[in-house]
Amino acid sequence: MKRHRLHMLVCGGTGCHSQDSEKLIKALDILVKKNGYEDEVKIVNTGCFGFCEKGPIIKVHPDNIFYVDVKPSHAKKIFEEHIVKGRKVEELLYEEPNFHQKVEHQRDMSFYKKQHRIALRNCGLIDPENIEEYIALDGYLALGKVLSKMTPMEVIEIVKKSELRGRGGGGFPTGYKWELTYKNNNDVKYIICNADEGDPGAFMDRSILEGDPHSVLEAMSIAGYAIGAQKGFIYIRAEYPLAIHRLNVAINQAREYGLLGSNLFDSNFSFDIELKYGAGAFVCGEETALINSIEGGRGEPNAKPPFPAESGLWNRPTCVNNVETFANIPSIILRGADWFKEVGTEKSKGTKVFALAGKVNNVGLVEVPMGTKLRDIVYEIGGGIKDGHKLKAIQTGGPSGGCIPEFLLDIPIDYDSLTSIGSMMGSGGMIVLDENDCMVNISKFYLEFTEEESCGKCTPCRIGNKRLHEILIKISDGNGTEEDLERLVTLGQMVKENSLCGLGQSSPNPILSTLKYFHDEYVQHVKEKICPAGVCKMGKSEKELKVRIEN
Amino acid sequence: MLDPLKLQPQNDLEKELPKEKYDELEEYINQLPETEGTLIQVLHKAQEIFGYLPRDVQLFIARKLGVSGAKVYGVVSFYNYFDDRPRGEYLINVCTGTACFVKGSSNIMEILSDELGVKSGETTADGKFTLNGVRCIGACGLAPVIVVGDKVYGRVKPEEITGILGKYRREEH
Amino acid sequence: MKSLEELKEIREKAQKKIDLRKLGDKDDIKIMVGMGTCGIAAGARGTMESLLEEINKNSIENAYVVQVGCMGQCHCEPLVQVNYPNKEPVLYGNVTSEKASEIIKQHILEGKVVEALVIEGSVHKN
Repeated sequence: MKRHRLHMLVCGGTGCHSQDSEKLIKALDILVKKNGYEDEVKIVNTGCFGFCEKGPIIKVHPDNIFYVDVKPSHAKKIFEEHIVKGRKVEELLYEEPNFHQKVEHQRDMSFYKKQHRIALRNCGLIDPENIEEYIALDGYLALGKVLSKMTPMEVIEIVKKSELRGRGGGGFPTGYKWELTYKNNNDVKYIICNADEGDPGAFMDRSILEGDPHSVLEAMSIAGYAIGAQKGFIYIRAEYPLAIHRLNVAINQAREYGLLGSNLFDSNFSFDIELKYGAGAFVCGEETALINSIEGGRGEPNAKPPFPAESGLWNRPTCVNNVETFANIPSIILRGADWFKEVGTEKSKGTKVFALAGKVNNVGLVEVPMGTKLRDIVYEIGGGIKDGHKLKAIQTGGPSGGCIPEFLLDIPIDYDSLTSIGSMMGSGGMIVLDENDCMVNISKFYLEFTEEESCGKCTPCRIGNKRLHEILIKISDGNGTEEDLERLVTLGQMVKENSLCGLGQSSPNPILSTLKYFHDEYVQHVKEKICPAGVCKMGKSEKELKVRIEN
Repeated sequence: MLDPLKLQPQNDLEKELPKEKYDELEEYINQLPETEGTLIQVLHKAQEIFGYLPRDVQLFIARKLGVSGAKVYGVVSFYNYFDDRPRGEYLINVCTGTACFVKGSSNIMEILSDELGVKSGETTADGKFTLNGVRCIGACGLAPVIVVGDKVYGRVKPEEITGILGKYRREEH
Repeated sequence: MKSLEELKEIREKAQKKIDLRKLGDKDDIKIMVGMGTCGIAAGARGTMESLLEEINKNSIENAYVVQVGCMGQCHCEPLVQVNYPNKEPVLYGNVTSEKASEIIKQHILEGKVVEALVIEGSVHKN
C-alpha cells in the first residue's frame, strides 16, 4: 500500500459548499492527477471545520497549514507552490483580526484554542463518505464493546453516570430517558434521532451529520441495544440535502460492513435505521409532534403524559434524542463516564456546540466546555465584535431563549445559569448583537416566527403569540403605550404557563428577557417615540427617517 | 388560510399534469411495502415529480393511500415545505434566519419584492421567479444570503440585487 | 461484522491511511526535503520518494516528510533536514535516493546522526 505524503482536507460543509468548495476540490484533483501526484497527495472532502466565516477552508497535513477564503481560482497556485515546491501560499493564510498577524497552524488560531471537541471530534478530520476513516479513529469500537461485553443495563448505567443531558435544549438526563424506555416492556420499541433543527440561526446538528454521520448511527445502535429497540428513525429536515446525502451513504456503508442489520457482532441484536424527512415545521422539534409527523400526519404535539417512553411512535415505547446528544455517546462508552465528567460544571457535564453568528468577527461552529464564559466565546474564539462596534447583547436559545446583556457576560454558561437569567441553552444558536440592533425589533422578529410556526392546537399559543406580536408591531410603529409594556408581561406569563408544549411555554422568552434587561429602550419607544438603534420606523416614512439621521 | 380557488391553477391542466407524471407517482406508491404512515414521504415524492402539489394530485394521493382528501390537505397546508401553487422557473429563497436578519435580510426581501413586483410566496406574472422566505440555510458566515435556484449568493448588498436578477432575466447565469 | 477482532483488523489497516493527519500537532520528527527548482533538478523527488518508502516499510509512526522551498545551500542539493523536537536541526547534503534510506535507518530508527552526510559548516560540523 502506498503511503501518501500529503493530505489536503477541503471543507465540504454547507457553508463552504455554497462557496464553491466542490469546484475547488475538483480543480485540485484534476491538477494532482494530470501531473502524476495521485500516489503522493490525497485530496479529501471533509465535514465542517467550524470556521465558516472564512470558508472555504483547506487544512494541509502533516505540515498543519491552514488556508482560508480559498477560491477555485486558487487551486493552480496551491498546486504549483504548496504541492510541487512545498512553499506555503502566504496570501491564503489566516490573519488574526486583533493582531494583524498571519497564522499558519490551526492550533495557534485563537478561534480553536479555547475549544474542546467531543461531539465535533471528527468533523474536518475525516472523509464523511468513507466508513473506514471513521473506523480508523476508533469508530464502531464502542458498539463492538457494548455488544460483546456489556448488558443493556450496564450501558444505561454508564450514560447515567456520565450525567450527559439532552443537547436539543431541554437538558433532560439522557441516561434516565433510556432507562424509562428500557423499563417499559414491549416487543417493539423505537429509537428516534431528532435532526429537525428548527432554530433559525443554528446549524450544529447539520454540521455533525454532514461531517461525521457514522458517530450518530453508531450511537443510535448503542441506544437501540440499551433500550431494546430494533429500529431507529432519523427525522431530518428536507432542507438539508447534503446531510441527507451523507446519511444515506453512511447507512448503506454501515449495512455493507455489517454494522447495521441482523446479528451485529455475532450477538442476537439486530438493528436498522431509516430516514424520515421533515417538511418545514418548527414545532416538529418537540418530540410528540415529531412522532406524529413520522406517522405521516400533521406535526401537532400531544399532552404528556403519556411520555414517548411509555407510548410513542405507533403507540410503542420510544426514545427521542438529539443529534449532538448521540454524537457524545461513543466517546463516553469508550473512555468512561469519569473522563466525560472531567469537563463541565457541577450540573452540566461535557461540552456544548454553539453556532456563533451575527455581529462577530469569526462566525462559525464552536464546541466549548460547559462553564465557559460568554465573554470568552465572543471575544477570544469569536475575535470580538465586527467593525469595532460595541456589544449590546447575546441571544441564545433562538425563539425559545432570550437576550443576555453585556453585564452578564461573565457568568459561566450551562443549562441552569442560562435559565436563571431568563434565557435558555436551547439547541445552541448564539447570535451576537451590537448597538445597531433594536431589542424591540429582535423580539418582533422572534414573535413573527413563533406566530407563524405555532401549530394552532392550543389557544394560549395560537392566539397569545399573535397578540404579543401585534403589540410589538404597534410599539415599533410608534403607537405603543406604557400599558402595552405591562400587557406584554402579563400576556407573556400567561402564554408560558398555559401552553401545551415547549414552543408556547418558551416563546415569550425573547420579549420577557429584553423587557427585563433593556426596559429603557422599550420606554423610549412608547414614551418618546424614539428607536435608539434607529431600526424601528416609528410610523415615519423613509424620507423623514433619512432627514432625522442626517441631522 | 389559503383561498380554495387558488388551489386550482389557471394553467392548462393537461399540459401541467401529464399522465406520465401520474404514472410515475403511482409506481412509487405501489412499490411501498405498506402505505400506513407514508403520506409525508409520498407528498415529498409528488412535489419532486410535479414541482408542486395541485388539488388533483392531492386527491389522487388520497385515493391511492385510502385516506380522506381533507387529511391530505391538512398535512400539505401544515408544512412550509409543501406548496400547492406552481413555482416560477427560478425560486428565489431569501434566508430569514436570525443571523441574516440582524445583517439586513428584511431589507433585501423588500428590495426583491419591489424589483419583482410580488410579495414573499408569490410568483411573477411571467412565471420567471418565485420569491420565498426560508428559515436558516445554515450559511450564517455569509449572511445575508439569498439562493436563486441552486446558486447561493452570500454577503448580498442591496445594490447588487438588480445585477443578480438581470443575469437570470438574460439567462446568463 | 462478526467480532471485535474483525473490526480492529479493519481499523489497523485504515489507520495507516490516515495517520498522517495526526502528525505535526505533537512532538513528531519532521524531515524536510528542499524542493526548490535546483533541488528538483538535482533529484530531490527521488530522494523524497525513497524517504517515504523507507518510512512506510519500517512502519515509522512518529516521523513525517515535508516538502520545503529552497534551503539556500544550492551547491549540495538535494538537501534533507531532520528536526527532532527540542534538538538542533541536522542538515544533510547531496542526499541521493540510496543515501536517503541510510538517513532513515540510522538517524530515525537508531537515533544516530549520519555524520558523513552532514554539510560542512552547518550546526553539527563547525
